[in-house]
Amino acid sequence: MNRILEVKNLAVSFHTYAGEVKAVRGVNFYLDRGEALALVGESGCGKTVTAKSLMRLNPIPPAEIKEGSSIKYNGKEVLDMSKEEIRAFRGAEVGMIFQDPMTSLNPTMKIGDQIAESLITHMNLNKKDALDKAVQMLERVDIPKPEERINSYPHEFSGGMRQRVMIAIALACNPRILIADEPTTALDVTIQAQVLELLKELQSEMNTSIILVTHDLGVVANFADRIHVMYAGKIVEKGTTREIFYEGEHPYTWALLSSVPDLYEENRKKLYSLAGTPPDLLLPLDGCPFASRCRYCMQICKEKMPPKTELSESHSVSCWLKHPSAPKVEKPHILRRDV
Amino acid sequence: MLKYILKRVLYMVLTLWIVITITFFLIHAIPGNPLASLARNLPPQVRANYYAKYGLDKSVPQQYVMFLKNLFHGDLGESLKFPGRSVTDIISEHAPISARLGIQAILIGVIVGIVLGIIAGFKRNRWPDHLVMFVAILGVCLPSFVLAALLQYILSVKIELFPTAGWGTGKYTVLPTIALCFGSIATYARYMRSSVLDVINQDYILTAKAKGISNFSLIWKHVIRNAIIPAITILPPQIAGIFGGSFVIESIFAIPGLGSNLVDAVNNRDYTVIMGLTIFYCALYIISLLVVDILYGVVDPRVRVSEDTTE
Repeated sequence: MNRILEVKNLAVSFHTYAGEVKAVRGVNFYLDRGEALALVGESGCGKTVTAKSLMRLNPIPPAEIKEGSSIKYNGKEVLDMSKEEIRAFRGAEVGMIFQDPMTSLNPTMKIGDQIAESLITHMNLNKKDALDKAVQMLERVDIPKPEERINSYPHEFSGGMRQRVMIAIALACNPRILIADEPTTALDVTIQAQVLELLKELQSEMNTSIILVTHDLGVVANFADRIHVMYAGKIVEKGTTREIFYEGEHPYTWALLSSVPDLYEENRKKLYSLAGTPPDLLLPLDGCPFASRCRYCMQICKEKMPPKTELSESHSVSCWLKHPSAPKVEKPHILRRDV
Repeated sequence: MLKYILKRVLYMVLTLWIVITITFFLIHAIPGNPLASLARNLPPQVRANYYAKYGLDKSVPQQYVMFLKNLFHGDLGESLKFPGRSVTDIISEHAPISARLGIQAILIGVIVGIVLGIIAGFKRNRWPDHLVMFVAILGVCLPSFVLAALLQYILSVKIELFPTAGWGTGKYTVLPTIALCFGSIATYARYMRSSVLDVINQDYILTAKAKGISNFSLIWKHVIRNAIIPAITILPPQIAGIFGGSFVIESIFAIPGLGSNLVDAVNNRDYTVIMGLTIFYCALYIISLLVVDILYGVVDPRVRVSEDTTE
């Protein structure tokens, strides 16, 4: 079986003093072996919550994974795993990298010990063998002088190096899936490229599947096989990277694409930015969540959730513009050049 | 590291000198002197000789210079109230008693406080947390002398479990130790709780969870080690508090420690004893500050002093 992860109808809420925040509202996707999937969307759209839910890392309470959600790893239901099973699952089967490398490493623990820790837990290695493996891991993520560096503390590393260490930690036990939650957001641009390249390299080397969570479409262009665009806790458009970039159909996808800076743009206009803010997830959403910011908004958009329209085997979009009786709209000019 | 400690010792001497100077001039500013009651009925010539013997006929600055000179030779002088008893004798005789009480109180206060705080932090908003916080509020509000009286009444008068007062076997230390450390337990429990809560929400705890390590490793290696760092910061004030508390507690339990000696000395304007004990307490406190700073480096690698950055 090629399908390693299957997420069905995933809904996650947070119980706060203000009420129930429906952060993720019915997300479906799958992941194949060795594939890179990108979840793209702006801050607060539920992509990180989705990613954390895959490892059940959201603290419960206040978080709650809703009845009817399903996350199947190799056919086994993650949401039904016992405490021991989920512990064996984390780190060994799925590794995770977080957004801010400056705060994601334990400041009072040596780098080597932090990498060795999961090896000792999952691979039954003794301390010495685990540290040897940690040296190898550091070497693989291109940290110079790894034998010396395992005795360093996180504050002796730069941001880019710390993110490499995070990658080494996440991949130490050779997990089948790597979840990278905005791995490059906190890094400067040159380091971003290096880290992405490293991830790509390790992915093909270890045949790991990657779920990349990001708000930056520029980051995923050369990285992901498929892209899912998320908005207000839902996936609004799914497709292969090619389909999203060249045949994207959702107005929100267009907005995201338009806000990527373009080096070749002839008339250097002001960079496009989408006006408004995402809807408050505390309030019930009857219509399309994007309606209030959509320039093509129609009456129906405010009243009913748009159905999913399949455009190809891999490409689907949830937008009323795809309805047969909807008016035909042109893509924004800035994107048409690409077609 | 050696260079760092040397530098710190130098600062310590400076601090000590400032404390000595301030104390010296302050106690001499208090009206009256320790010999007044004894010398009242002596003939003028004898009285003058008597004052001269202790150097009290000289001006205060002269006395100050004399005191520093003697101090430099390790001589703290002898008690004015009890002629023949040197201050160093008083310290060597009574300090071990106070030290035993103080060390017991600090150890129990810190250890029990930290453990309770950790439990409260992990069981946040459940009954263990509420219980610990209730005890902690009680400990912060209740003065040690009130607690001491309560303990004496319940545990020694009513139940007759421990002796009411005095000093002797280990049994005698139980009530004063509890009375003395209760405040520290309370402070530490509250402090540790918030520190644990702060650490649990850090990103690196999420990283550790994502590794799938056991709960024990998570709590021990990742939470406690980091949560304890800010708790070290409040150790010196706790030590100072226990010094201060011991003055009162030693009086209540009639313990022949240094604290009660110092209180008596102040009442008697026994200059030499006040000075000697002040220097002793001050030195202890300054040393504990240094120890805490070194301890900091042991626990937190980020503040470890490196060889090449100390110049």
